[in-house]
Amino acid sequence: MTNTPIRGGIRRDTWNVLVRELRPVVRDPFTLIFSLVQPLVFLGLFAPLLIGQSGMPVDQTLRWFVPGVIVMIVLFGTGAVGSNLQYEMMTGSHERTLVAPLARSSLLIGRALKEVAPIMAQALLIVLIALPFGFRFHPGGLAIGLVMLAVFSIGLGSLSYALALGTRDREWLFCGVQQTLIFPLLILSGMLLPLDEGPGWMRAVSTVNPVNWVVQAERALIQGEFWDPVVLWGWVAAGLLAVLGLAVGIRGMRRSN
Amino acid sequence: MTNEPIIDARSLSKRFSVNKQPVEAVTDLSFTVQPGELVAFLGPNGAGKSTSLRMLTTLIPPTSGSARVAGHDIRREPAAVRRNIGYVGQLNSGSFAQRVRDELISQGAFYGLGKSQARRRADELIESLDLAPFAKRSVQQLSGGQKLRLDVALGLMHAPPLLFLDEPSTGLDPQSRANLWQHIIDVRAQHGTTVFLTTHYLEEADRYAERVMVIDRGRMIADNTAERLKAELAGDALRLTFTSQGDAEAAASMVQRLAGRPVQTHQDHSLRLTAPDGARLLPTAVRELDAAGIRVDCATGVPPTLDDVFLSLTGRTLREADAPEESEAKIPMEGPVK
Repeated sequence: MTNTPIRGGIRRDTWNVLVRELRPVVRDPFTLIFSLVQPLVFLGLFAPLLIGQSGMPVDQTLRWFVPGVIVMIVLFGTGAVGSNLQYEMMTGSHERTLVAPLARSSLLIGRALKEVAPIMAQALLIVLIALPFGFRFHPGGLAIGLVMLAVFSIGLGSLSYALALGTRDREWLFCGVQQTLIFPLLILSGMLLPLDEGPGWMRAVSTVNPVNWVVQAERALIQGEFWDPVVLWGWVAAGLLAVLGLAVGIRGMRRSN
Repeated sequence: MTNEPIIDARSLSKRFSVNKQPVEAVTDLSFTVQPGELVAFLGPNGAGKSTSLRMLTTLIPPTSGSARVAGHDIRREPAAVRRNIGYVGQLNSGSFAQRVRDELISQGAFYGLGKSQARRRADELIESLDLAPFAKRSVQQLSGGQKLRLDVALGLMHAPPLLFLDEPSTGLDPQSRANLWQHIIDVRAQHGTTVFLTTHYLEEADRYAERVMVIDRGRMIADNTAERLKAELAGDALRLTFTSQGDAEAAASMVQRLAGRPVQTHQDHSLRLTAPDGARLLPTAVRELDAAGIRVDCATGVPPTLDDVFLSLTGRTLREADAPEESEAKIPMEGPVK
């Protein structure tokens, strides 16, 4: 019997799951653009309002707003990926992978890692689209910002998968929970409008919203402010979310049958 | 693995808890299957077929009992069991967004096939399961029969010595079903694959399986070839018609003696009885009656079906048994998914 060492096994299994998950994206890259519609609407219809309201120069407003839109892609896109797993659970596709000799954890980690690829492509696309309108950024900052975004998307993706695993047999609950959470997280992150003017309780709640810290860190990074304390908090928020998401997700996958 | 059974189940039991009420899905299931056999698990919906299969394929742990599948313990070495079995579940196992060939290649990678090996094997199966025209389509675009052929191809990707199929032909039209069976039979002839399937189609078990295990209410109640089950448990339905009621009544005692079975006399000058080996009894009865001066006008013998076997075992027909258990089939949430 083949006795591959367990760690090598998980790494190989994760790679195989990742490759499988990426196949439809590679086959049909246009799906990436379709899932960008929502952030593009915000960029096209909300940014002009913001520019008008803020009274600040366009480039400055965009430097404030674009990092938020990039985080929004993760929130809307990656936050919903659990529904793909839900489909696979409703058909026999998920069950088949459970009978295959794959480590349970690899089924979650491979899927979570896959989220990074479309997020990177979409974020760069948003940056490209914003460029002609006067968006300027620090290249090194953007690169590091994308790494943070990757970590954040692994965490949020894992949580989305965990939610799908946890709401098995009650598919409606997945959408319910996801839709209920997404807007409070969005508004309380100061992504669309600054929270500085908001009431104290809102600002208090936003301090425990990891999305808020990631948005602030991305804003700082895009301007090249690497040593701003919010960058550290962004790493803490994204890192904790990734650890928590993977832990909860792997637990859910192990219990899946 | 000479002489070692490829499946060795010992007292497998599964109990689910439904609304704090224990439900015995499978009770004390023991059997062995030798390499190369083609076995059908026959029973009504909710009889415990899928639950048994899910235990044997390591999807759910048994409440008690043990089993060795393909040489490994389902509880202690689930990974080794998984490497050596193929599984075609009740629901379609290709992911909707994936293309047919991609999904096969991914499946190959899951089982440790190298890149070129996986491609070659995928193309082989695409060819032999008539999937070539759809190889680049996404699973979503396939018809029911095409999806099922992909399921079988996925189950065979790593050429497992043992293939489990859970109600493979449910919902298929007769032609697709015959087609599917042809594929299963071909694969078996080529590779000597052991095939273990569940079905609630008695015609299917009767026609294709070399060995039938009948399961009802979580217990195995019979295990033999379809021929022997029918001969031992059901027998042929015989009917002899005479020209007058007098003849019929005179013949009744003679036939009863010959058959050693109770005979019913009907008002249409006929006798009816069920007898094992009835096909042989019929000409003997006709000759003897003739010799006694009683002329047989018409004689028919209808061979039994597995439904008759099920009826004689449980007092219900398979179809009757299906209805009340239907809801129960859905009870175990962690168990079979309908």
